[in-house]
Amino acid sequence: MDRGRPGAGTGRYQLSQLENIEAESIHIIREVAAEFERPVLLFSGGKDSVVMLRLAQKAFWPGRIPFPVMHIDTGQNFPEVLEFRDRCVAEVGATLVVASVQDSIDAGRVAEEPGPNPSRNRLQTRTLLDAITEHRFDAVFGGARRDEEKARAKERVFSFRDEFGQWDPKNQRPELWSLFNGRHRAGEHIRVFPLSDWTELDIWQYVADEGIDLPSIYYSHRRRVFRRDGMLLSVGPHVAPGGDEEVFEATVRYRTVGDMTCTGAVESVAVSVEDIVAEVAATRLTERGATRADDRVSEAAMEDRKRVGYF
Amino acid sequence: MELLRLATAGSVDDGKSTLIGRLLYDSKAIFEDQLESMERVSRQRGDEYTDLALLTDGLRAEREQGITIDVAYRYFATPVRKFIIADTPGHIQYTRNMVTGNSMADLTVVLVDARKGIVEQTRRHAFLASLLKVPHLLVCVNKMDLVDYDQSVFNAIREEFSGFASRLDVADLSFIPISALEGDNVVQRSVNMPWYEGASLLHHLEQVYIASDRNLIDARFPVQWVVRPQATSSRDYRGYAGRVDGGVFRPGDEVIVLPSGLSATVAGIDTFDGPVDEAFPPMSVTMRLNEDIDVSRGDVLCRPHNRPTVGQDLEAMVCWMTQRPLQTGDFLALKHTTRWVRAVVRDVQYRIDVNTLHRDPSAATLGLNDVGRVRFRVTQPLFYDSYRRNRQTGSFILASEDTNVTAGAGMLLGTD
Repeated sequence: MDRGRPGAGTGRYQLSQLENIEAESIHIIREVAAEFERPVLLFSGGKDSVVMLRLAQKAFWPGRIPFPVMHIDTGQNFPEVLEFRDRCVAEVGATLVVASVQDSIDAGRVAEEPGPNPSRNRLQTRTLLDAITEHRFDAVFGGARRDEEKARAKERVFSFRDEFGQWDPKNQRPELWSLFNGRHRAGEHIRVFPLSDWTELDIWQYVADEGIDLPSIYYSHRRRVFRRDGMLLSVGPHVAPGGDEEVFEATVRYRTVGDMTCTGAVESVAVSVEDIVAEVAATRLTERGATRADDRVSEAAMEDRKRVGYF
Repeated sequence: MELLRLATAGSVDDGKSTLIGRLLYDSKAIFEDQLESMERVSRQRGDEYTDLALLTDGLRAEREQGITIDVAYRYFATPVRKFIIADTPGHIQYTRNMVTGNSMADLTVVLVDARKGIVEQTRRHAFLASLLKVPHLLVCVNKMDLVDYDQSVFNAIREEFSGFASRLDVADLSFIPISALEGDNVVQRSVNMPWYEGASLLHHLEQVYIASDRNLIDARFPVQWVVRPQATSSRDYRGYAGRVDGGVFRPGDEVIVLPSGLSATVAGIDTFDGPVDEAFPPMSVTMRLNEDIDVSRGDVLCRPHNRPTVGQDLEAMVCWMTQRPLQTGDFLALKHTTRWVRAVVRDVQYRIDVNTLHRDPSAATLGLNDVGRVRFRVTQPLFYDSYRRNRQTGSFILASEDTNVTAGAGMLLGTD
């Protein structure tokens, strides 16, 4: 962050809000590296995981990030994002582990959902948990933020998962000060959320301040889309419009990056990070409400998925 | 822009959710899809109005039972500051949640119903905020509209609360008469209470001076991680990564490393963004020393003439957070700054009634949600300050050695 001296623009010995949460995240990441044997950082190429990767880079600089990076590949990702993922991980010199939902399907671990354009969102959980077991990961960094969703607003920074990968929201460990309890038995693991206190706007302001590269789909572009459940879905290999769904070209961008099957675009002319900061500051819809079909299933869709081991 | 962390506590009917809802709504931190979802659920349940508590009560069980059972974190911003709210339930069975919410808070909001005045829950909130050494306590006398905006009601509550607070350790105490429902003195100054000359709640939150709340005197740097790059370009690099927990460090400073007691000089303070001239709380930095000495995780850098207490016999105020009671002879895992040690409970000196502040020296155990003074012996010396002097180097957590759950929180007592 080109900020001159720390706390520039605030009082003496006072960090700015972004410097404050950056320092907190770095502290969390270092605690995990020090106390766990086999951490891994989940990386999707989405803005939150890109920021998390930058924070990990900062935490150990000039050393390298002392743990691998893992992508759960649904096989339905935006090609721009996969290309970005590989470039990004190579730049920081980290090891990339790819766990593939297609492999889980081929191995008979999970079955594709019926119907046209099936989403693999739910199937990812099996692939993720299998990969954690296979690699014996004991700490798994995720880029989830508490402002995203109401179940996430209740989740701890160090979030315990039992041997089945389950989250028990009613029986969470109290979390005080910044003294994190990562104790667990073999086979159990801890999900760690270093971005818990960041908001969507914080992420974008940080991306702007740091000059962080993001996949091109975050910025406004022309794309062939159709409207389904109030969302704009992109026409592509995994998503085809139904007979009554009219295809048109629109100027859009993505606020979140998930599967092509369940991530909607928003109409936007924001072509630069500064445009996006202004757009996010003025928006009246949450990013998940605007763009994610996976959260629309029920009032507690996220809590229910998290209970069984989702991100 | 600065960050302010605030804690709120309260129960269903004291207007806490309405107040938070109003702060979030007026600062545009509630989004249309969230509002729509709350309206839908309220309608399904047959509520007469949109229940703003649904915004914070995010878990299925909370929605079903219509209660808050856990700490929820909420975020909002004004052009002046960003705010993180730790919102906790107020009932006595959630004392541990209130302790959790207050542990990081710069400011605690205590809500008082103008019609009911000071009640047991008010005293409990204030006590827990003072126990956790939250620097600023703000008492909002709510529902002023229901007492005809009567100044004498507000004054009587202020007087009674001040009397109670004099028995507590509260550094900064303020009072605001509000109506969360009507919006009086929440964002705008109220026209209904011309007799009140102070700031609105939001204005107070924006302006309260927090810069001097951290300890900038006692230099403390617990080492988290040793940075030793394996790359050829920086083979000789050896840095100590950590967070400044007190004081200010500068290159050229003479420091002592605990527990070895060896002295060294700070060669440089590094960050990814370049070296810095000074490091202060809560910066995460990497220190290089001129001398080639052995330093590892759990060690503490401090100044030669200002060292933390070094000891294995600890006395602390403890909030117990698990079913199985704490008692003499228990072995527990204890985490303090960046080290885990084993601790044995020597004795419970007294239990404190969180409602009356009455001390019971006959208590031999602490049950779930109890607070008391406890003596411990630990396997290795800790380098600590009193909690009153430093919330980072003066705090610890306790975990069960069998189940690994976080079983308690401790605030160290010192001689200062």
